[in-house]
Amino acid sequence: MTELNRLTITEARDLLRKREISARELTRACLDQIKLVDPKLNAFITVCAREAHAQADAADLRLAAGDAPALCGIPLAIKDIYATRGVRTTCASKILENFVPPYDATVIANLRANGAVFVGKANMDEFAMGSSTENSAFGPTRNPHHVERVAGGSSGGSAAAVAADECLGSLGTDTGGSIREPASFCGVVGIKPTYSRVSRYGVIAYASSLDQVGPFAKTVRDAAIILRDLAGADPRDSTCSARAVPDYEAALTGDINGLRVGVPKEFFVRGIEPEVEQAVRAALKSYEAMGARMVEISLPHTSYAVAAYYIVATAEASANLARYDGIRYGLRVEGENNIELYNRTRAAGFGAEVKRRIMLGSFVLSAGYYDAYYLKGQKVRTLIRRDFQRAFENCDIIATPVAPTTAFALGEKVSDPLQMYLSDIFTISVNLAGLPGISVPCGFDTQGLPIGLQLIGPPFGEEAILRAGDAFERTGAVKRRAAIL
Amino acid sequence: MSDPKSTSARETAKISLEQVRHVARLARLELDAADEQSLQANLSEILTYIDKLNELDTTDIAPTAQVGEAGTPMRDDVVTNRPAPDEMLFNAPEREGNFFKVPKIIEG
Repeated sequence: MTELNRLTITEARDLLRKREISARELTRACLDQIKLVDPKLNAFITVCAREAHAQADAADLRLAAGDAPALCGIPLAIKDIYATRGVRTTCASKILENFVPPYDATVIANLRANGAVFVGKANMDEFAMGSSTENSAFGPTRNPHHVERVAGGSSGGSAAAVAADECLGSLGTDTGGSIREPASFCGVVGIKPTYSRVSRYGVIAYASSLDQVGPFAKTVRDAAIILRDLAGADPRDSTCSARAVPDYEAALTGDINGLRVGVPKEFFVRGIEPEVEQAVRAALKSYEAMGARMVEISLPHTSYAVAAYYIVATAEASANLARYDGIRYGLRVEGENNIELYNRTRAAGFGAEVKRRIMLGSFVLSAGYYDAYYLKGQKVRTLIRRDFQRAFENCDIIATPVAPTTAFALGEKVSDPLQMYLSDIFTISVNLAGLPGISVPCGFDTQGLPIGLQLIGPPFGEEAILRAGDAFERTGAVKRRAAIL
Repeated sequence: MSDPKSTSARETAKISLEQVRHVARLARLELDAADEQSLQANLSEILTYIDKLNELDTTDIAPTAQVGEAGTPMRDDVVTNRPAPDEMLFNAPEREGNFFKVPKIIEG
């Protein structure tokens, strides 16, 4: 059998369990694909061939013994923000270029225990700060559908690796859209669960009141399978919810009859590319055809979300990144005294966007500006959260575009930070409100670039958005397209 | 969506060079003159954009600091990891015995 790397997780799981394929050959196929296409894409910072083969062999033994959790033997890519024991974890930063964690993140340990195979550490924007994966100290990731376009970010490597069949699924993180936007740009499925649904222990922190872990996959069902293994309480993360984890795959009934789909008028405004709007409107029509009901809703504070986010997120980042001081791990640049050592280490270790956000965050928290900026941002966050609470009184899920455009050109926005920030305009409010959101491919523009539909749920409404995303996939309106590579 | 370029953001300095240097000191970042200039321009533009929040009256609105579930779960304070000094010191930029080596801080 050829091209095993093109299988979905659902397909591979069945073939592995029937012993028609082995984890070893499936892993080999992914590693071969990485060798073939990654020199063009740069989706990986570190490829873990030796470790992946060992994990695959161990998975084959378990499969042979009939002990086969869903992800046993499934090759996954891991965003390089997750601590992986014994495997270099850089966060795409020079400051962690040679950092080898002595422990696994909780989600990594869980996946390992379930027999998953890690083919490599995926490229990203440095410290997850960016919307294009151009802010990586290891060079940008390119979009598999068009190599002169960005993959999106910050989890661009994780999205591109799935789109290019270098793995069957992957992990990303989403603080302001960093799973959903690259999923949309690369034509794959990406879900950001409810804040607190998944443990973040061992996930390098960017903005702790917003960061959330989630999977990328080729189908909604595959994403549901991975999410089941990620979600759940963790004694090592006190922010993690103790709620029972539903069987997300079982929620995919295909039946959305009577579902009330909220359509916020503030998301269909000028600035959105006509082809993006058309594709999303067409998806809404299919929902109506399946028995769902469209409800016009209003999220009046939408246009303030980006401004509130860049106060809250950068303030938290400035505190979280204070730990990189060149003392216990990471880069050290010597100085005459300890202060000079810190200043020089951080100047040499952080890239331009990370410095910009640390500076902005330090400023909004500084004496004399705290109330005008930080407190104001937190208050506006309350208004944004209320918008969603009110909207969910009249609908079950909310449907919007993921991004106003398809993947933009490499270099197009790097010199204009604010324009880059605005590419997250439709995803950022979901993080501020702590809600689950999924990006599901809903079409292609005339240049062949993927378009994503965003479905937003109420807190812990993962099942509803997964069910709705899966129901749309089942219509067959959008065929998964192989990347052109 | 408002277009930030239609504002006078690029002309108005919302933050002075002195403030940039002050914040850089707080943030422990060494900046050269070019960094200071570009950060002044970038931060001014972003802060001007952020000013749109002042369109909203938030007098009686409570701030949101976190959106997780209420309450802090407790667990027993039990040591679960074995001592592993070599693993802990593996990433140290400089090490002496079982210690992280740092520049001298106290004179004398």
